[in-house]
Amino acid sequence: MKMTGAQILIESLKKEGVDVIFGYPGGQVLPIFDKLYDAPIKFILTRHEQGAAHAADGYARATGKTGVCLATSGPGATNLVTGIATAYMDSVPMVAITGQVKTHLIGNDAFQEADITGITRPITKHNYLVEDVNDLARIIKEAFHIASTGRPGPVLVDIPSDIQQKETEFVYPDKVDIRGYNPTYEGHPGQIKRAAKAITESKRPILYVGGGTISSEASEEVRELATKCEIPVTTTLLGLGAFPQDHPLSLGMLGMHGTAYANHSIMESDLIIAVGARFDDRVTGKLDEFAPHAKVIHIDIDPASVSKTVEVDIPIVGDARAILKQLNRAVKKPDTKDWLKKVEDWKKRHPLQYKDDDKVRPQYILQEICKATRGEAIITTEVGQNQMWAAQFYTFTMPRTMISSGGLGTMGYGFPAAIGAQIGKPKSIVFDIAGDGSIQMNIQELATAVINKLPVKVAILNNCYLGMVRQWQELFYKKRYSYTCLGGITPDFVKLAESYGAVGIRVTKKEEVRPAIDKAISTDNCVFIDFHIEKEENVFPMVPAGEAINRMIDGLA
Amino acid sequence: MKHTISVLVENKFGVLARIAGLFSARGFNISSLAVGETEDPTVSRMTIVVKGDDKTLEQIKKQLNKLVDIIKVVDFKEGSFLDRELMLIKVAVTPKTRKEVLEAVESAGGRIENAGSKSISVEVMGDQTKMKALLELLRPFGIMEVVRTGRVAMSTDDKGLRVEGKPEVNE
Repeated sequence: MKMTGAQILIESLKKEGVDVIFGYPGGQVLPIFDKLYDAPIKFILTRHEQGAAHAADGYARATGKTGVCLATSGPGATNLVTGIATAYMDSVPMVAITGQVKTHLIGNDAFQEADITGITRPITKHNYLVEDVNDLARIIKEAFHIASTGRPGPVLVDIPSDIQQKETEFVYPDKVDIRGYNPTYEGHPGQIKRAAKAITESKRPILYVGGGTISSEASEEVRELATKCEIPVTTTLLGLGAFPQDHPLSLGMLGMHGTAYANHSIMESDLIIAVGARFDDRVTGKLDEFAPHAKVIHIDIDPASVSKTVEVDIPIVGDARAILKQLNRAVKKPDTKDWLKKVEDWKKRHPLQYKDDDKVRPQYILQEICKATRGEAIITTEVGQNQMWAAQFYTFTMPRTMISSGGLGTMGYGFPAAIGAQIGKPKSIVFDIAGDGSIQMNIQELATAVINKLPVKVAILNNCYLGMVRQWQELFYKKRYSYTCLGGITPDFVKLAESYGAVGIRVTKKEEVRPAIDKAISTDNCVFIDFHIEKEENVFPMVPAGEAINRMIDGLA
Repeated sequence: MKHTISVLVENKFGVLARIAGLFSARGFNISSLAVGETEDPTVSRMTIVVKGDDKTLEQIKKQLNKLVDIIKVVDFKEGSFLDRELMLIKVAVTPKTRKEVLEAVESAGGRIENAGSKSISVEVMGDQTKMKALLELLRPFGIMEVVRTGRVAMSTDDKGLRVEGKPEVNE
């Protein structure tokens, strides 16, 4: 049957099982929007294209499915860029579709023209400019395949508006054949055997678990390896939830704002078993001094992540879940009794702590949100102190419940991501942990939440500062708070929420914290809780930039 | 340390930009780059000469392999490959130095392509040792221009560098 490019796009998306698209219309996507008008695909109209990209990302992280966003050419497309870069850094499967000016106008500086394939080349896994309507179905098939397989990531498809209108026969390919793209899934059996032997012979092993564990659905296998061999587990920010933090073997997060016991453990370990983690600089601290006694096993689907920063002794490239299944069969339990005693001692001596007095402390708020939701909520975060307090003081027990911009560190991510997550998981309680700075970066999405009846809760940890930058200025720049004080111009978040038809609650006293959280949870609407927290509260422990990760500053010491 | 790598890529627009972008974004240094179609018109072959230690080279190869439009990456090791480059040199001459320059070009295996009264244009083709030798010989006379094609390289083993799934050798 003959169809227009726009119809082919919709049919192809249906074939890929897409049930929701986040986006924003515009001149060069009019043919697509005309077909969307009566298509059986839910369309979520955000109030900014950046919101659409982050919502598609949050949807993907919460569900494991590929998120889809759609924008027009030029400014529509460039507004997606931060969202695409965020997804790229955190390996999130996403397909971004953009309109483009008509093919004969490309390169002419036409109205709303931007070379979006050029702009997004370094922040996409792959991208396409569709030049012939006959290629469109194949390209959509390839885009979803590339986005969701191997190390996942965003793929952008740029479709000129004349291609959207041209007609051709619609044939959706059953399979893809891309000769330059063949991810490795099976781990090398010899390497798995070597890894099993190294684990069995180790005395002080540690599992270092990252976001790849969650994308390959390998949490169960990690848990089996940890409990069978009695190996303590630390996770990265993106790995939170991959291993239950209420488990005695859990060390929480490691790195710059990780727990002291996780950092001491990895520094003293003799074997690091890295699973879907990439030894990022926020994790390793000073590279030359990182884990000096440790041999390293690295399980990762991306060969380029292996030995990129930390030299790896036993690399195993492939799917974490498949590899861990085999490893679990091959491994024999090492004797870790003394090691666990030492780790337990660090836990006792250096617990995560804060001054729990009668003030409104952000750590207390996170603990209360955790209690009120029994640790079962989906938590999204913005970036900065709010993100680190969420990572430290909420107890994550399930994969896909911590949704945060780890690699790019995008302020303004959490609220639209929460909207995406809520659409993907309508039954879950979704909390965005925000700061008063970050929330203002995509606050326009209040309209999206309210109109779509999404009961997203936003906990604004309002200290009238760009808190994390202020913290660095306090500690390393002699308290010269250069442009980090938002004080005089912070909006009334309660009124602001109400003006969009959402609910606003203000909290200024500790005893109001829990009732506000409970009220938010029981409210079937988007709720902003404006927590007026201690203004100069800091995130501790903290490893100063460029230091070894066992040299932490502790605010209470 | 310089390495020569050969890359088979899809013969599509934008592929060169992807590769150039990858090198600049990750801070890798390209010394030279030569591109051309292969025996298969859907495939182009690039010869890239890069500077870096073994660890950097390993990353370059892995990162190149991640690009969807790249089909194959091969790193040539010392001795097992043939490399050639074409260079054009314009060298200044005076009636006094003319004879000396002509002799120098001949002794180093260059070819005179144009001889004017004030300059001589020379073509030289060969490996890097030959290029370097001729440049050193001509430098004292005053080199006015140098144009190089960039290195191309091919292994000297009995196999052809092919896209997987296709026969290795035409028989």
